[in-house]
Amino acid sequence: MSFLPKPKLHHPGLGCNSLGFTKRDYEGAVSTLCAGCGHDSISAAIVRACFELDLPPHRIAKLSGIGCSSKTPTYFLGNSHGFNAVHGRMPSVVTGANLANRDLIYLGVSGDGDSASIGLGQFAHAMRRGVNMTYIVENNGVYGLTKGQFSATSDKGAKSKSGATNKDEAIDLVGMALQLGATFVARSFSGDKGQLVPLIKAALSHKGAAFIDCISPCVTFNNHQGSTKSFDYVREHNEAVNFLDVIVEKEEIIVDYAPGATEIVRQHDGSLLRLRKLGESDYDPSDRAAAFTFLEQRKAQGEIVTGLLYVDPTADDMHDLLGTTTTPLNELSEATLCPGGTVLDKLNASLR
Amino acid sequence: MQPTNITDPGFFHKVVDCQYACPAHTPVPEYIRLIAAGRYSDAYMLNWQSNVFPGILGRVCDRPCEPACRRGRVEEQPVAICRLKRVAADYKDDITARLPNVPTAKNGKHIALIGAGPASLTVARDLAPLGYDITIIDDGNAGGGMMRTQIPKFRLPDSVLDEECGYIEHLGITRRYGERVNSLKSLLDENYDAIFVGTGAPRGRDLDLPGRTEAAENIHLGIDWLSSISFGHVTSIGKRVIVLGGGNTAMDCCRSARRLGGESVQVVVRSGFEEMKASPWEKKDAMHEDIPILNFLVPKEFTHEDGKLTGLIFEKVKAEYDAKGRRNLVPAGEPDIHIPCDDVLVAVGQENTFPWIERDIGIEFDKWGMPIVDETTYRSTHEKIFFGGDSAFGPKNIIWAVAHGHEAAISIDLLCSDKSLGDRPPPHVTLASQKMGIHEWSYGNEISDDRRYLVPHAEKALVLCNIKAEVELGFDPVLALAEAERCLNCDVQTVFTENLCIECDACNDICPVDCISFVDNGDEDDLRTRLNAPAQNLTQDLYISSDLKTGHVMVKDEDVCLHCGLCAERCPTGAWDMQRFLFNTAKATDKAGSSCCKS
Ligand SMILES: Cc1cc2nc3c(=O)[nH]c(=O)nc-3n(C[C@H](O)[C@H](O)[C@H](O)COP(=O)(O)OP(=O)(O)OC[C@H]3O[C@@H](n4cnc5c(N)ncnc54)[C@H](O)[C@@H]3O)c2cc1C
Ligand SMILES: Cc1ncc(C[n+]2csc(CCOP(=O)(O)OP(=O)(O)O)c2C)c(N)n1
Ligand code: SF4
Ligand code: SF4
Ligand code: SF4
Ligand SMILES: [Mg+2]
Repeated sequence: MSFLPKPKLHHPGLGCNSLGFTKRDYEGAVSTLCAGCGHDSISAAIVRACFELDLPPHRIAKLSGIGCSSKTPTYFLGNSHGFNAVHGRMPSVVTGANLANRDLIYLGVSGDGDSASIGLGQFAHAMRRGVNMTYIVENNGVYGLTKGQFSATSDKGAKSKSGATNKDEAIDLVGMALQLGATFVARSFSGDKGQLVPLIKAALSHKGAAFIDCISPCVTFNNHQGSTKSFDYVREHNEAVNFLDVIVEKEEIIVDYAPGATEIVRQHDGSLLRLRKLGESDYDPSDRAAAFTFLEQRKAQGEIVTGLLYVDPTADDMHDLLGTTTTPLNELSEATLCPGGTVLDKLNASLR
Repeated sequence: MQPTNITDPGFFHKVVDCQYACPAHTPVPEYIRLIAAGRYSDAYMLNWQSNVFPGILGRVCDRPCEPACRRGRVEEQPVAICRLKRVAADYKDDITARLPNVPTAKNGKHIALIGAGPASLTVARDLAPLGYDITIIDDGNAGGGMMRTQIPKFRLPDSVLDEECGYIEHLGITRRYGERVNSLKSLLDENYDAIFVGTGAPRGRDLDLPGRTEAAENIHLGIDWLSSISFGHVTSIGKRVIVLGGGNTAMDCCRSARRLGGESVQVVVRSGFEEMKASPWEKKDAMHEDIPILNFLVPKEFTHEDGKLTGLIFEKVKAEYDAKGRRNLVPAGEPDIHIPCDDVLVAVGQENTFPWIERDIGIEFDKWGMPIVDETTYRSTHEKIFFGGDSAFGPKNIIWAVAHGHEAAISIDLLCSDKSLGDRPPPHVTLASQKMGIHEWSYGNEISDDRRYLVPHAEKALVLCNIKAEVELGFDPVLALAEAERCLNCDVQTVFTENLCIECDACNDICPVDCISFVDNGDEDDLRTRLNAPAQNLTQDLYISSDLKTGHVMVKDEDVCLHCGLCAERCPTGAWDMQRFLFNTAKATDKAGSSCCKS
């Protein structure tokens, strides 16, 4: 942990995006996490993704629960809205916020403890409701903040730093998100920004519930021999199925890959996802059933599958399903919001 | 690329931009830290050991360090390195007890130094503590050379010169001041073991234009006119003055003229304003004293009436660039202009002249009349005769004269010890971790956002009526501290240990200037384009590790690193460490050991 603020001086060639902001403008306070924590790399990836997408910082809301991972919103997007919820309750707060103001870009940041242990139910409902948000779990397999107890994503047989073996089955949040109806599901690794940044960009431009399970080694409590969430272990077992480029509107598409190896997916907002397939597998991210099978097979072989695992680019979100007004509530007049007793009576009558 | 060999002192030496640019390689960041700590005497002595004239240079150095300063690459202005040096001189205690002891038992070798400018004085300072018997011969009445005779007192007061020349003159040196050497041959006959020629570049270049002889009364050669002022022979000048030339001498001439009665003083240069040789701050100071600088005007003729100068005719020119980018001045095609004036000061350059050196004593001269001098040893083609300062390679400046003096002293000492002059002592180098705790360092690694502080000046009206009144007042300790905090401590190096790195990206994420990248290796041109921020400054090196576990290499662009140490603070394994790199060039005096420069 550093006490000094990050110097304001920056590289003289530091570029601006179309809003006139530099990457540095998307940073937050200096991190107080342990030096080398994977979560800090994810923060850096979020900064880069928002910068590259030209997102106006004041249109982003970052929300989190409790944990080292949930502390990170302080360390990025210092000019955005933030909400630090009770342990595991971030999804409900995002759901409520999104219902009230559908125009903000929602970024939920959580941990494996926050989402897979105490907050599992909350996580499940945000996914199945299709809340339009990017949901990132910074997954280190432990409760980092409370000194490294196994979390619900810790693999069966994994060893703790003190030598104890985890006997319980692990919750695979990717599998759950798929099953619960999330329309964008990915897994990545904090140590591979080349893969992670485009995934965050794609998730931020996705309409509907976009979930990223990001393995993020806890250097202090879970980066030892016998851990399945350490830098070395993840690097050795990482099987990336595809590499993503996000092309926002206006940019020209240059197809420079061999045909067949590349797929272009157009999302709701017009952004294009260019997927380059990696390795032997002919992985198809539009086939949900195949995704389940593939993930199970590779898991059995001890591989950690990463990349964009499933996407439904034409998905609807919670507002579409509920038929709510397209206008954020704070832009509606009081008369519209509280139309008065007569309207209420009418409504009640219609329900009788 | 091959992994960087950081055990070669050349690599980190280059990272300390200011020290690298300083001809004498003064350990700048080290003395700036001493100033910040209020240790002015220590800062002074550190300077004194490497540049010999801290109080003088802290006022008038040409400061090649400042354009090189890294701070100028990450914000607008470099650290005021030069003016901080003056702070050490202004606020130090009496340091006489820390000056070297001069052995009473001499080593039996006799050395003559011709000229008492900074070059000779440096040689004297370096050799006297070793027991050499030194004789300095100068045609003036006091030491300092052009620092005393040319540089105006309003930039460099006599008291500072007296003090710093005095520190050397009192090292048991025989002074033959007031004596001109008219024959090097006869001096050789005095049987010195070595002779050092530090006679400078004493002749001002003239302008042979129509009207030059007729109007001679009011046309003065800049450097002669300036020395006449310092000797008190000249005390006034006409109301309207034109100064020809764009270098230091021209700037000193115009500002002196403003103080001696010149009401309308104008500087006229042939080239463009930007290309003038004078430093930006000199031009600024001149313009602040209401002296306009007119450019692209070539003098054609001195006009006169009844044997009295009436003005100058100039041709207007413009710059044209040929295919190779070379600039030519061509007529602008506009009518000539006449600028009336009472006096002209010609400051268009300085030349060397050696009428007193016989051509048959073994010193070879080139076709321009310059002695052939070795650029490392400073020895001429005569075994025992050395040159340094402006006399060696033409007019430069004080700090170069000092640097030459140090090297010549080493050569003379090698010669007198019957050693090869090529056997030069290596620099003194240390590299030591500054880690005090997890995120605590023994240097201040917080980066100040402050912009460069201006040195307070005396009131214009007061300085313009007294040619001896010093214009700059120097920083006070409060301003000095704030300015010192701007220094980035470039000598505290980022040192990388590959086998500790777990490639967690923490350093890369925190680095405020995107210096660090983990990428696939490649050749340098290719690597420079593939980093977090492209490394476009080719004068700055890349620091490259050997292969890491993933097959990537760590590449650090040294160009704009702030030396903030955040990479080392964020590194979980200590793969990055901040280590202070102290570099001191060898000096002849080193042999004297602890008796010299007690600190
Ligand atoms: C107007 C002016 C302003 C300058 N301003 C600056 C400045 O701001 N900063 C800077 O760094 N540099 C400045 N310089 C340059 C600087 O003064 C010189 O580069 C420097 O003094 C050279 O030092 P030196 O030891 O080679 O010889 P000098 O300082 O030139 O000293 C040579 C000495 O030798 C004496 N001498 C010459 N021939 C003989 C002989 N035959 N016998 C006996 N004695 C002899 C001379 O009288 C003189 O005293 C300035 C120069 C001029 C002309
Ligand atoms: C209601 C409640 N129960 C328990 C805790 C204690 N607690 C704080 S953080 C944490 C676990 C956090 O783990 P995770 O979400 O994985 O975050 P990490 O620190 O690993 O990033 C727990 C159990 C709490 N703060 N609140
Ligand atoms: S305890 Fe683990 S998760 Fe928490 S900050 Fe430290 S390294 Fe990161
Ligand atoms: S910042 Fe300090 S150490 Fe670095 S070049 Fe400038 S003066 Fe020298
Ligand atoms: S010291 Fe380290 S973090 Fe700071 S600028 Fe240099 S490389 Fe970057
Ligand atoms: Mg966790």
